Amino acid sequence: MATFDFNIYNLVNSQAVPPDWPGGFWWHWLFFTVVIIGFVLTLVMGVIYIERRGMGRMQSRLGPNRTGPFGLLQPVADAVKVLLKENIVPTAADKLVHWLAPVIAFAPALMLFAVIPFENGALLADLNIGILYVVAISSVSTVGIFMAGWGSSNKYSLLGAMRNVAAIVSYEIPMVLAIAGVVLIAGSLSLNQIVMAQNVPFVLLQPLGFLLFFAAGCAEINRSPFDLMEADSEIVAGFHTEYSGMKFAMFYLVEYAEAVAISAIIATLFLGGWKGPILPPWLWFIIKIILVFFAMVWTRTTLPRIRIDQLMAFAWKFLFPMSLLNLFITALQVLAGWPTELAWVMVIVNIAVMVVMVFIWSKFFFRLGGGRLEA
Amino acid sequence: MAVRTEPFVLNMGPVHPSTHGVFRMRATLDGEVVVDIEPVFGYLHRGIEKLTEQRTYNGIVPLTDRLDYISSMSNNLAYCLAVEKLAGIKVPERAEYIRVIIAELQRIAALLIAVGAFLNDCGAYFTPFLYMFREREKIVDLFEMVSGQRLTYNYMRVGGVSQDLPEEFMPALRKFMDKMPHYMDEYDQLLMQNEILIARAKGVGILSGEQAINCSASGPVLRASGVNWDIRKADPYSIYDRFDFDIPTQTTGDCYDRYRQRVDEMRQSLRIIQQAMEQLPPGPVRAEVPHLVRPPVGEAYARLEAPKGELGFYLVSDNSIAPDRCHIRPPSLINLTALRDMVRGWKVADLIIIFGSIDITVGEIDR
Repeated sequence: MATFDFNIYNLVNSQAVPPDWPGGFWWHWLFFTVVIIGFVLTLVMGVIYIERRGMGRMQSRLGPNRTGPFGLLQPVADAVKVLLKENIVPTAADKLVHWLAPVIAFAPALMLFAVIPFENGALLADLNIGILYVVAISSVSTVGIFMAGWGSSNKYSLLGAMRNVAAIVSYEIPMVLAIAGVVLIAGSLSLNQIVMAQNVPFVLLQPLGFLLFFAAGCAEINRSPFDLMEADSEIVAGFHTEYSGMKFAMFYLVEYAEAVAISAIIATLFLGGWKGPILPPWLWFIIKIILVFFAMVWTRTTLPRIRIDQLMAFAWKFLFPMSLLNLFITALQVLAGWPTELAWVMVIVNIAVMVVMVFIWSKFFFRLGGGRLEA
Repeated sequence: MAVRTEPFVLNMGPVHPSTHGVFRMRATLDGEVVVDIEPVFGYLHRGIEKLTEQRTYNGIVPLTDRLDYISSMSNNLAYCLAVEKLAGIKVPERAEYIRVIIAELQRIAALLIAVGAFLNDCGAYFTPFLYMFREREKIVDLFEMVSGQRLTYNYMRVGGVSQDLPEEFMPALRKFMDKMPHYMDEYDQLLMQNEILIARAKGVGILSGEQAINCSASGPVLRASGVNWDIRKADPYSIYDRFDFDIPTQTTGDCYDRYRQRVDEMRQSLRIIQQAMEQLPPGPVRAEVPHLVRPPVGEAYARLEAPKGELGFYLVSDNSIAPDRCHIRPPSLINLTALRDMVRGWKVADLIIIFGSIDITVGEIDR
């Protein structure tokens, strides 16, 4: 069970860090900072490529295939192009806020990786409140996004930013409640401990929690069908309409870094993180991240976008009660004493519970249109 | 706690991803809610009506291509019908059939774009749009066979069509006709019953039948409101009275109905093409018409059911080689007049899809 002694310096001596690690805390810190930045930036390029090619495939076109073999260098070409673009700041913009926004939005996306284990014990800080840290940090980028919307002094941007804030405030709650189910089963808030606890991936023990977290996570990072903060067909590009050049690149990076981060968190919480047979753990971890990300690409290419009021209704009238129920049922199961040897029975029971609950709730209590019973 | 808020004006367009060209909507918004909108157009004005007065009757055909540039063949046909009515020209049988086949293919192509763009406005990120472009591409290939062009076809002529169907046309058309129903089912499976699409489009932007008639709407917009009015049946032109087809109508007149309506109409067009293909007679494809047509003094109005609605050409002749006056009744412009009533009180996101469901082409609005 978690002991809530929060001391970041403990990790140097903690069991989680490989004992043969050279140097002390600062070397550890430097090494993992470099690893995280490298990892995130590389993976962002990877997922951009996967998204563009995958979407091309799904939309019966080719996708970028001119730069390098199979178009692999397309993200590099895009990066170079966007860096060479002129940096335009609107005359009426709040210059400081406009300048600061991409930075503030970008930092949390990287910071999220501090507590995500790449393999057993290989993480920047094995906080015993890791998941709380994730929840806290992941909503900070909203500040950056709202600053961007406000600082641009553009009406589209402001609309996008307002939508974003509304969405984050609503979706944080089902997200946390969905995580709570996992925490109850794992008995720890540390992400490393949660991975260690997954003899069976939690997606099987917490199928409903997984779906709820996936939906809320998509909404949190503006992925379709909740991408109405930057709905290109409505409000052009939302909060980053007025950004160009390097600052736009930052926002572009934020978008995908957050997507990677949420995928990584889902992989860690529900898919067994770095655990897996044969292949090295970090490779398993990357494979799982990409799988989750691919699911996001898939929804993006398939589903239309929902409206702002439907977005709120979906959060408060579907995800919120469902996550409460999920938490309740999980708590009952834990309280009754988890039968570890009967895990597969529980898997079947939980999947059945999920199907029945989602069916009943969506059939009788919630309709997306209007979000009201009578609608 | 009362927060003092005030509506603000948002200029949507002329450069905006969802205004289907250079069209501007000055929207007054109260937060996300649309209080009022004012359409502003004229950004694509080229003076086509005036230009016609300096061209020969056959020389005007390429101009009509530039009206509703995604259904050029229908424009060609509407114009040629007007001149033929004015000059009393009889079109050969084979040309009539070719015209019907081409016009219905054009309807399918234009409605594919309309439906695809509407779903794109709903936020289905380009997937249905590109799927529909894939099929439109086949139709454009067919048009390229007959006219050599892929956008501005300039195929119809006064008294017929410019040339006969090439050899490879009929096999390609048959292949298309075999595959198309399957693809249509595929589109329907993709999004027709999608929960989000229904939530977004059902009950949104309702245009009642009475309102639709009052603002003189036509085409799918009118029929989606439950009014059974199709010029192919109501005032048959060309040889449409020989074919067996239905006029689908919907009931409520919301965005979803307009989308359904367009899908249904595509299926009916396939039926017409099928029949026309089977009955296609041999013979000449163009009547003996002098190069410079000189219709007698008089005036004529010819209309047809274009993919977007009633497209009419009003021509006045003074017995010279150019019309004295040519007025075009563009369905897009007239249908657009219903927009303001439809969007008031809805959200910004709805404004976009209601606008998208009307399906306009700015080339036709501004002329």
